[in-house]
Amino acid sequence: MTEHSEIVEHAHEAGHVHRDDEASKMAMWLFLFTELLLFGGLFLLYGAYRFEYADGFKVAAADMNSFIGAVNTIILLTSSLSVALSIAAIQRNQKKLCLGMLWFTILCGLAFLVNKYFEWSHEIHNGIYPGGPALENMSNGEVLYFGLYYVMTGLHGLHVIVGLIFIGFVMVFISRDKITSTNFQKLENSGLYWHLVDIIWIFLFPLFYLLH
Amino acid sequence: MANGSLANEVSYLEYQGKHKGIAGWLLTVDHKRIGLMYLMAIMVFFFVAMTLGVLMRLEMLSPGQTIMKPQTYNSVFTLHGVIMVFLFIIPAIPAVFGNFILPIQLGAKDVAFPRLNLFTWYLYMTGATLAIVSLFTGGGAADTGWTFYVPYSIRSAQNVTMTTLAAFILGFSTIVTGLNFIVTIHRLRAPGMTWFRMPLFAWGLYATSWIQVLATPVIGITLVLIMLERFLGIGVFDPALGGDPILYQHLFWIYSHPAVYIMILPAMGIVSEILPTFARKDIFGYKQIAISSLGIALIGYLVWGHHMFVSGMSDTSRIIFSLLTFLVAIPTGVKIFNWVATLYKGSIKFSAPLYYVLAFIFIFSIGGLTGLVLGALATDIHVTDTYFVVAHFHYVMFGGMGLMFFATMHYWFPKMFGKMYNEKVAVIACTVIVIGFNMLYFPFFILGYMGMPRRYYDYLPQFQGWHVLSTVGSWILVGGIVFMFGNLLYALLKGPKASMNPWGGTTLEWKVPSPPPLENFDEIPIVTGGPYVHDKSTYIMHPSREKIHTNGGAKSAKEEAAL
Repeated sequence: MTEHSEIVEHAHEAGHVHRDDEASKMAMWLFLFTELLLFGGLFLLYGAYRFEYADGFKVAAADMNSFIGAVNTIILLTSSLSVALSIAAIQRNQKKLCLGMLWFTILCGLAFLVNKYFEWSHEIHNGIYPGGPALENMSNGEVLYFGLYYVMTGLHGLHVIVGLIFIGFVMVFISRDKITSTNFQKLENSGLYWHLVDIIWIFLFPLFYLLH
Repeated sequence: MANGSLANEVSYLEYQGKHKGIAGWLLTVDHKRIGLMYLMAIMVFFFVAMTLGVLMRLEMLSPGQTIMKPQTYNSVFTLHGVIMVFLFIIPAIPAVFGNFILPIQLGAKDVAFPRLNLFTWYLYMTGATLAIVSLFTGGGAADTGWTFYVPYSIRSAQNVTMTTLAAFILGFSTIVTGLNFIVTIHRLRAPGMTWFRMPLFAWGLYATSWIQVLATPVIGITLVLIMLERFLGIGVFDPALGGDPILYQHLFWIYSHPAVYIMILPAMGIVSEILPTFARKDIFGYKQIAISSLGIALIGYLVWGHHMFVSGMSDTSRIIFSLLTFLVAIPTGVKIFNWVATLYKGSIKFSAPLYYVLAFIFIFSIGGLTGLVLGALATDIHVTDTYFVVAHFHYVMFGGMGLMFFATMHYWFPKMFGKMYNEKVAVIACTVIVIGFNMLYFPFFILGYMGMPRRYYDYLPQFQGWHVLSTVGSWILVGGIVFMFGNLLYALLKGPKASMNPWGGTTLEWKVPSPPPLENFDEIPIVTGGPYVHDKSTYIMHPSREKIHTNGGAKSAKEEAAL
């Protein structure tokens, strides 16, 4: 990338028709770095408190339902596959297949959120939430475990919702032929975002469900 | 591009596009107009924060209560810090001059993502508005200091939540600006502009942008956690629930130390622009200055612990952080020596921007050297949380970034507005500012050494002499600043027209009209040499109109670019 040899036409009045897929992809990767560092702060806290309150974390983690966690992991991994396939489909000009794959992705995302909803409401029902009655009798380690659990899975859930909205917009673009086999950077960027959502979950799952 | 040439007949200030009048500004995607909108907003907040600073100095005129209650004083220093740091020092040079000058210096028509660029301005305004609203709503303005240290920031009854939310949104704005600049520098350099033919301001912005992208998210999540603590009490920073306040300090400084390099690196980039122009000489040690920016960014990422030497850390970590802190002095020293060497045997033309740069080198060196006092473990303990620290960071922040902001205002003023200011008045204002600055902040070093703690509205009677001197200094400084802006404002309204290149600068912004046309260039230029070559032109401004001859034979634009 040291030589930028072609002169990019940049028409102001034509509503910025300037298009540079490489730039768009680079910006998306930079944005993903910022997301990783956003979660990085939380992973750092998790690491520090896990080290400090190893026992409390073990007790609290035993309470989690690793079956639901595993199901959610499978759901998200499958949805990552379907996003990747949707890009392959649009490259081969198969618009219907591409849209189908994205519908499937959205269904997976929704299923993940529904599972998460049941998990959260189960905990809240048991009085385990910040300031909740059950939490008051627990050790510091357990309190911190659940504090981090809500913050980290909550922030992740927010990212799932944002990812779904991105994919929704992309589907509108595809159906209006704004995204085609020669111009699919927007789809690829949403795919990259969705993979990020997936990979963060891949770290959250063992940290909260399996380590006990 | 018929549209383009039509648009290039008038300057960006006069051009009427799809939207006219005020909407032509609020909906613009032109990097130059966005830069000016940032300038206007940033100036307003600078004056607000400066006024708060003057009020604080007034309170310190005599021991005991002078003009405000202790609680008010707490809010005033918090707001002064928050506004200065998040609304002025961090965004000012990248958002105003980075936006305006960077694309032109690279030979581009705009930044890589013009609409995103406008979006950052709206984010900035949202954050700024929230910060101002937080003054008057809830329990009153935040009183935690700009660092929002826990557990006080969790317990404070004041409106801390809204202030942290404001800082969060402002952080998002700088992330997007940084991201935009990185991609612009990678993708939109004119043909022939290799990395090492890039102006040093662009290098400074490049290093800055990486810090913005990689450090700001950490403060983002930290501020979100403060808000969640206040609303829900999740416990991660609350000692009563097992949380560790020291961890908050780590997370805060993991961002906020690199942030001081976000503040200073663009200013250092401008020093490297102004010096070769007024010394009529190529910059000394171009590559070293460029690489040292990245070096400062890299090491600066790993020194945050020096803010916490007395907070509770193992001796091993304190020694490592202290060592790494000293290492930052190396790339900084490289820069300072190269700047001074650039002046050596130059044909120096003294002019307002150069006066500011010389003042910068002097004042910043004092700030830098007193930084070593704070970086050393033993001496730091004596002066931690005293006026010594306050003096140090005002010397590096205000004396560094602030003075360079003023220098830049003068250096690029003719380019941005097409008008010339009164040189004599500018130099007098600069002199007054430097005198006022030193009179205001130098006593802080002495006060701090004598044991005057920071953030107190009251003090022992024996400190009064220095406090009075300092308060008088603040009046002189403000007088100088008002004088300087008055001069510029007068130039804006009544000043004579500026030529295309009033200083004899060699970078691309001096090859286009003042003020530049909407699309900057009629044609994307070709770059054939370094940025600070004075004796020959290193740009081909109209490649298609000119027959390019090098080494006796005609070559295509692409071949020329490869030279």
